[in-house]
Amino acid sequence: MRGTGRALRKNPNLLAGTVILTIMALIAIITVTPGARLVARYDPQALAVVHRLEQPSASHWFGTDRLGRDIYARTLHGAKVSLVVAVSVALSVTVIGMTIGITVGYNRTADNLVMRVMDGMMSFPTLVLALALVATLGSSLFNVVLVICIVDTPGMTRVVRGVVLSLRERSYVESARAIGASMPRVLFRHIAPNTLAPVIIQASVFFAGAILTEAALGFLGVGTPEYIPSWGNIISAGREYVTINFWISFFPGLFLALTVLAANLVGDGLRDVLDPRLRGAT
Amino acid sequence: MRRYIAQRLLTSIPVIIIVGIITFSLLYIAPGDPAAIIGGDEATPEQLEEIRHQLGFDKPYHVQLGRWGSRMIHGDLGTSIFSKREITMLIRPRIQPTVSLGIQIIIVSSLLGVSLGMLAAWKAGAKLDRALMVFAVIGFATPGFWLAFLLIWGFAVNLNWFPVIGYAPVDISSLGAFGRTLPSHLHSMFLPVLVNSVLASAFISRITRSAMLEVLREDYVRTARAKGLSEIRVFLRHAFRPAAIPIVTVIGGSLAGLATGLVVTERIFAIPGLGRMLVEAIARRDYPIIQGLLMLASTTFITINLAVDILYAYVDPRVRYGG
Repeated sequence: MRGTGRALRKNPNLLAGTVILTIMALIAIITVTPGARLVARYDPQALAVVHRLEQPSASHWFGTDRLGRDIYARTLHGAKVSLVVAVSVALSVTVIGMTIGITVGYNRTADNLVMRVMDGMMSFPTLVLALALVATLGSSLFNVVLVICIVDTPGMTRVVRGVVLSLRERSYVESARAIGASMPRVLFRHIAPNTLAPVIIQASVFFAGAILTEAALGFLGVGTPEYIPSWGNIISAGREYVTINFWISFFPGLFLALTVLAANLVGDGLRDVLDPRLRGAT
Repeated sequence: MRRYIAQRLLTSIPVIIIVGIITFSLLYIAPGDPAAIIGGDEATPEQLEEIRHQLGFDKPYHVQLGRWGSRMIHGDLGTSIFSKREITMLIRPRIQPTVSLGIQIIIVSSLLGVSLGMLAAWKAGAKLDRALMVFAVIGFATPGFWLAFLLIWGFAVNLNWFPVIGYAPVDISSLGAFGRTLPSHLHSMFLPVLVNSVLASAFISRITRSAMLEVLREDYVRTARAKGLSEIRVFLRHAFRPAAIPIVTVIGGSLAGLATGLVVTERIFAIPGLGRMLVEAIARRDYPIIQGLLMLASTTFITINLAVDILYAYVDPRVRYGG
């Protein structure tokens, strides 16, 4: 824990990113507790057609949308969806990518077959494949997560496989096998822990990417359904009113950009901490 | 060199086959009857039967896959369910807006990204460098459609410099017509190109900066400086050329992200291109169009990657022999 504190102090970007992400996480958590009403001030679904398309004011800090719903309340509640999507994608892709990556790194036959399929999947532009998949499976929060996981898995698998291929030739792995360590033991005790640094870095990239993809899918009309406010669908709902009330899209977009920025800062910071050789590389 | 190209061409064939299988199988990953998915909730049993027969769902999977694959190889993308017209005919008028937008974005973002990155490397550590890298980090985190809204609000609504939406086509039938239609075309494309270029150049500038800094540490750069060459000459002639290799790779790799930008921008600015066609097809669940566009997008992407690899091998002989 002391090492963490020092890493944060030495790396102001990592600190800033962590602070912003923590605030967003707190907002997301508060919106599912009874305290939601105190912080968000309005029910994100409450309709007030009399007050539709209002500019930001003391009563509606971020203004209102076409149905008179409070944008401030919707933006705070939107944090939940974005973070749930980002965390679920980062965790699932890590688990799936490590499992497949380690398996194919040690099995030639599986390697050839699986990696060709992965190459095929990576030949689609990410958003285009995601769009087609969500359209087929139907729009729901779960399907959005599932689809982003599907399009991200090949990237993670490739990273893990690359590390495993280089590790298996190392002498310490050979020694472990020579003294009779079983295959699972070699894989889980000697190989897996050493793939963690690049995996965590990659996961932070996917974490940020998932927020952007969820928003893009929402914007294109196939993302999270509108009764669950997400930054993507709030911004998207402001599309027709950009000439009348630009603020509908402005604030949720600002929150979204800040969160992605924070995730990127944390990712860069983690890379500096975990892989000192790459320090200052990009 | 020839051997390398042949090898790369051969390895891309299985990838295209797998892409085809994935695209075709798209309809089968969904739970339930593909005909019902296409027909939607209101379809009558007779309509479903017709869809099933029309698309060959009454045949076994591998027979359908084989038929579909051979049609694709012959360049026949099938017929739209919605408009009942041939997809290749529907695609044709959509190509110009997308290709023009894509080319402009690549040119503007490369020029912008490389010059900003070189500038940052030139002033490494100084205020300008830090400001440029802050721009790069922010650009990397900004969603394209949100930036588009900001620009529409600023330039189109408040300043009234550009149209809010709309597309002015460029006439390429003759040189004179091209010259006459080009200004209005570029004017209508200004904001869409700007949005995507600003974001794409953020990443390119970051890579350019780090590639330049890496090369500037090399011995031969010190030698060039010791010879008394001007700093500009060292920068452009001795450092930029080797640094160009990773930069070209990054620009090639960013083309996948370009597709995202195209789909989103075409929707915001109402540009009648392939991206908007895809979004419309998805809204109508017009699967033959979705599948056709998926094949088109991925084969284009594979071809571009192939071209970048070959270019790469041409510039850097180590790639050819490294295996």
